[in-house]
Amino acid sequence: MNDAALITSIAGVLAAAAPVLFAVIGETISERAGVLNLSMNGMILLSAMGSFAVALATDSVVLGFLAGAAIGAFIAFVVAFASLTLRQSQVAVGFVLAQLCRDLSYFLGNPIMGKVGPRISQVPIPVLERIPVLGTIFFRQDAMTYLSFVLIVLAWFFIFKTRPGLVLRGVGERPAAAYIRGANVNRQRYVYAVIGGAIAGLAGPIYSLSIKAGWKGTISGLDGIGWIVLSITIFGGWKPFRAAFGAYLFAFLQWLGLVLQPSLPSVPSQVLQVAPFPLMILTLLFVNIGNAEWVDRSLARLPENVRRDIAKVLRALNATPPAGLGTPFEKE
Amino acid sequence: MQVEVRGITKCFGAVRANDDISFTVPSATIEGILGENGAGKSTLMKILSGFYRPDSGDILLDGKKVEIDDPADAIRQGIGMLHQDPLDFPPLKVIDDFLLGKRGGLLPRRRAVIREFNELAARFDFSIDPESYVDTLTVGERQQLEILRLLWLGARVLILDEPTTGISLPQKEKLFATLKKLAAEGMTVLFVSHKLEDVESLCNRATVLRQGRLVGTMEPPFDTKALVGMMFGKEVPQEPKAQPRMGGTVLHARQVDLEGIRIQIKGVDLKVRAGEVIGLAGMEGSGQTLFLSACAGLAQPVQGSFCLDEEEKDMTGRTYHEFRKRGVAYLPAARLEQALIPGLTLTEHFILAEGMKGFFIDRKKSEELARRRISLFNIKGRPDSPVESLSGGNQQRALLALMRDPLKLILVEHPTRGLDIESTIYIWGKLKERCAHGTAIVFISSDLDEILKYSDRVLVFFAGKVTPPLDARTLSVERLGRLIGGKDWDRLETEAAHA
Repeated sequence: MNDAALITSIAGVLAAAAPVLFAVIGETISERAGVLNLSMNGMILLSAMGSFAVALATDSVVLGFLAGAAIGAFIAFVVAFASLTLRQSQVAVGFVLAQLCRDLSYFLGNPIMGKVGPRISQVPIPVLERIPVLGTIFFRQDAMTYLSFVLIVLAWFFIFKTRPGLVLRGVGERPAAAYIRGANVNRQRYVYAVIGGAIAGLAGPIYSLSIKAGWKGTISGLDGIGWIVLSITIFGGWKPFRAAFGAYLFAFLQWLGLVLQPSLPSVPSQVLQVAPFPLMILTLLFVNIGNAEWVDRSLARLPENVRRDIAKVLRALNATPPAGLGTPFEKE
Repeated sequence: MQVEVRGITKCFGAVRANDDISFTVPSATIEGILGENGAGKSTLMKILSGFYRPDSGDILLDGKKVEIDDPADAIRQGIGMLHQDPLDFPPLKVIDDFLLGKRGGLLPRRRAVIREFNELAARFDFSIDPESYVDTLTVGERQQLEILRLLWLGARVLILDEPTTGISLPQKEKLFATLKKLAAEGMTVLFVSHKLEDVESLCNRATVLRQGRLVGTMEPPFDTKALVGMMFGKEVPQEPKAQPRMGGTVLHARQVDLEGIRIQIKGVDLKVRAGEVIGLAGMEGSGQTLFLSACAGLAQPVQGSFCLDEEEKDMTGRTYHEFRKRGVAYLPAARLEQALIPGLTLTEHFILAEGMKGFFIDRKKSEELARRRISLFNIKGRPDSPVESLSGGNQQRALLALMRDPLKLILVEHPTRGLDIESTIYIWGKLKERCAHGTAIVFISSDLDEILKYSDRVLVFFAGKVTPPLDARTLSVERLGRLIGGKDWDRLETEAAHA
């Protein structure tokens, strides 16, 4: 591979990671507030199909994107309503919605299968695009990829630097303590679940109006992305920059699968297509291995300096979820 | 600020938790609220701090009738509550925790707030780094943080719910000094406790509740006997300390080094003999818990070994299950989280603990067993009561009732934390009964009186250092307090009690 091809590939990985990024940041915000939205997989499919349908009917990609966000927000609202108001299990509701939305997208999407519709195009940024190497990687992307860069920083800034972000963390971490400090826990959870859902809902149109333009039903190749999103959220330790790293890693693994295919003819192509998924899960396992008792046990017998270094790395990698995640809040 | 309650009544179902309670606390007063568990102290304080609305009755602040909508509203009106388990955010930075709940602005003025925090902390001689994380603080420091936060938000009435249970003696002294200083500045302090000695040494007045009613108020000098009588409606006998009958070795820790997340302990050497009680004293997080859990195989030593029984069977690196098979039992401090299974009934706990044979549950037999144990251990609950519905004292009784026979060694974290005097005496009575049959006990407590009263020998932990076993009969409260605070350690070597 020559340099030019490599640079284009890196740019491609950044673009391919954009939808995953939106979904991961959306889920991170929702989980930070304590609402686990497990419907991600079906939701991405439904918003991909729905937004393409809207864009096709109105010939407007903007309306398409808005439809995607609305679908994400609505499904998140259903999860929030079922768990916060009706006190149902977030896991059960989310799981059912994941299946329901997936089947719904295939069923409702039949009439628009394979149609050619509008899509967004690359918007090179003048002047900056001419910077060697970096210009191609960062400044010849489409609007949503640019937005994905901004989103990482924005989410980080909001969660860690602003006052409402602090309350958001408090609500997910220890709702009882947030309550005595004046936070309306359930309203906060509704708001952030829906906002998170809307952001994650943009992942659908990024696929159907850009990266994998159009709607191809079961062969769209989008099924499964949502589950990976959930695991990247954990990998990311509920922190935007680390989550972004996870999203890029996943996109990179997917790209690697494509590139390696010609050079490994003996390996069935399906293996390489699927490989990023188990690889991602293995990474997750590795990251959280410090929690396991047997690791503790076997580390105890190593020489002191080695043990300390390993323990330090494991502790840095380890991520703890918001303590109030998935549990309803009752004020006494 | 003067606090007055008039005719407060609050019912939960058929239970009258507060029954027509009226009293007035003038400003610049530290008022002790005494009562055993279930006397209605917590309910009353939760009404004052906005958690509950009273069914009837009024709250008056400085003579003006007020309505308190919720805890945040209470603090706006000047009432701040320090909960027994500080309601803060362990994973956050101190300064973030401090800020959370302060209204106004998208971006907090972090630097200015840090300055205000440091000034406030300096006023009370607290040393808390605003950039450290809350979960690295001791319980005492977390209380200090909460007090600072409530003052910063403008509290003029401070309610403290059992604040001395989880903290060390020096921290308690500091807390009391702080409260006295605040009262001198005009603050009203409501100090909820069931520890008579705390109330006696701190408060300007004591009000006693029993079964939801106010039974009386007393001013210094306090008459302990009369207070106990008011709290329990009867006098509680204290058992005299018996001479231990010691047998052979049950546990031998040899030159053990341990490493926890924030603490390291080096070279602990301890031989525990049958029938003996060993108390582990020290500030919270000084390594006692780590050592105790290592005695049960729940943490691994990085150096040294643990041996069980006369034959010195080496158990280093074995799991808790193997320790358990050899007659070691561990009772953690978090009764409901780590020791019991919320959602299961007492009967179901006994079935699990007994390891009954067969595939099907013998309902009749197991209920029979549960009933027997419940009456034997004087548990206030029915066989079908879920464990989470029991009070702390009854949960602890249930845990004792669940222990198997025979046991060689019982390891207990805070056996009587949060329990009233009656339960405390009962629990220790049961534990001592075990000792008389040759079981050894090693326990952690932050209550110095408990350590001295029940232990035969004491190990003091301070910042990862451990004293040799000290004879409890010759150890005074003052000396123990100084050791816990890190003083007098150089003189130790010569006075070690001989094993």
